[in-house]
Amino acid sequence: MAYSDKVIDHYENPRNVGNLDKNAANVGTGMVGAPACGDVMRLQIQVNDEGIIEDARFKTYGCGSAIASSSLVTEWLKGKTLDQAGTIKNKDIAEELALPPVKVHCSVLAEDAIKAAISDYQGKHQPVDA
Amino acid sequence: MSQTNHLIYLDYAATTPVDKQVAQKMMQYLTVDGIFGNPASRSHGYGWQAEEAVETARQQIAELIHADPREIVFTSGATESDNLALKGVAHFYQSRGKHIITSKIEHKAILDTCRELEQEGFEITYLEPQPGTGMILPEQVKDALREDTILVSLMMVNNELGTITDVAAIGEITREAGVIFHVDGAQSVGKVKVNLEEMKIDLMSFSGHKVYGPKGIGALFVRRKPRIRLKAEQHGGGHERGMRSGTLATHQIVAMGEAFRIVSERFEQDHAHATKLRQKLWDGLQDIEEIYLNGDLEHSVPHIANISFNFVEGESLMMSLKDLAVSSGSACTSATLEPSYVLRAIGRSDELAHSSIRFSFGRYTTEEDIDTVIKQMHEAVDKLRALSPLWDMYQEGVDLDSVEWAEH
Repeated sequence: MAYSDKVIDHYENPRNVGNLDKNAANVGTGMVGAPACGDVMRLQIQVNDEGIIEDARFKTYGCGSAIASSSLVTEWLKGKTLDQAGTIKNKDIAEELALPPVKVHCSVLAEDAIKAAISDYQGKHQPVDA
Repeated sequence: MSQTNHLIYLDYAATTPVDKQVAQKMMQYLTVDGIFGNPASRSHGYGWQAEEAVETARQQIAELIHADPREIVFTSGATESDNLALKGVAHFYQSRGKHIITSKIEHKAILDTCRELEQEGFEITYLEPQPGTGMILPEQVKDALREDTILVSLMMVNNELGTITDVAAIGEITREAGVIFHVDGAQSVGKVKVNLEEMKIDLMSFSGHKVYGPKGIGALFVRRKPRIRLKAEQHGGGHERGMRSGTLATHQIVAMGEAFRIVSERFEQDHAHATKLRQKLWDGLQDIEEIYLNGDLEHSVPHIANISFNFVEGESLMMSLKDLAVSSGSACTSATLEPSYVLRAIGRSDELAHSSIRFSFGRYTTEEDIDTVIKQMHEAVDKLRALSPLWDMYQEGVDLDSVEWAEH
């Protein structure tokens, strides 16, 4: 299995591993994938009052490419608004990590994780009369 | 690919290096100053010498398995032997019936051949292995036999789990029922005693490269008493009593013979060595929580240890095992994205199948190697569990089976 240097780097030195308090109002948690598929990603974002993602954490059960995809995403999310975060595409992740075709689904899952985290956060902040 | 010399090889079940003695012997049958003749050349000394070497090798192989040399047919490997056995019997005996019994955990050489025979109108029963251990019990075979069954094909030692099936007991059942019994013995030689004088096995496949012989050579045992007939798969000259045409590869055959001879000399020693290594490995990993042995410590060969490390995925685990050459039942490491069908068949959940590593030991594995494995496994599992959301959930007491996953 030929891994790109970037995948190896993220695997050896994963960024932002850990947990945020999922019950906190300013935290959004996205959990995607399934153990049966061999890939589960949990991505958490901490959003400040200005709507900027000030912190992000991940934990992933999956292959090297899955770990790298989610680690990379936590780096990219910091400093972005929720709207900007929602525009991150799996294509960008796959390109940055030079993922081979058979591993592109790992980047898709990472994109799904971002959307799930955003959705969870927004769910906590719904206007009452929506 | 980076240099592989510093990697500790623990994939003996996949293939073995050729024993130096075997390699040296092989060389003598290649060049102009060696014995290069065609063993089928009846008219001159070059042919006779080659033929003699082939017959000596045939004898060496027959001796190890307690068979008659005339019952050995040389092929290009166990895959070809499996094909010849299944198709050869099916095509020859199809007027008697078209039902074949095998199991879900056979090697692809058997399963794919069975699929092919199904296309031709044969009916195949795939026996379920016992949960967890992977054993196929004689009673299961007995219950599956029908009036139109012509063949039972089961492996003696499973390549992924190391589990041993009691082919001697099954042979009694099939012989009584008048059904032909084929055994895939690719992983058996040198690991369990094979005695074809006692065991009522009618056909048995053997592989050269699993016992420190070269790749590209194997054999099929075809019983003479009672006489088993086969429809040949390969034609052209009638070699091997018409069962497998093609010029015999003297150097390959000599190598396989020599490899088998060495096995008979070293059987006890190799067996004790593997037993010690596996026990050491298993003991050394016991302090890791949530590990599962796939197979059965009692009814298996000691050379294989297939272990699942829960909450950690197999391919990422292998990335961590930088100095080890092992294989995994994880989907990521297979050509399709499916986890090991053997592990699924013994009832392992997809997660455990994805989290499995197969360690297989051999002649050149040392105790220091096992020390390194134990150390690296601890480091890898710790590192990956720290990254794993499933491990978190397990520690929090969440029942993972009850979670509704957002699959993609």
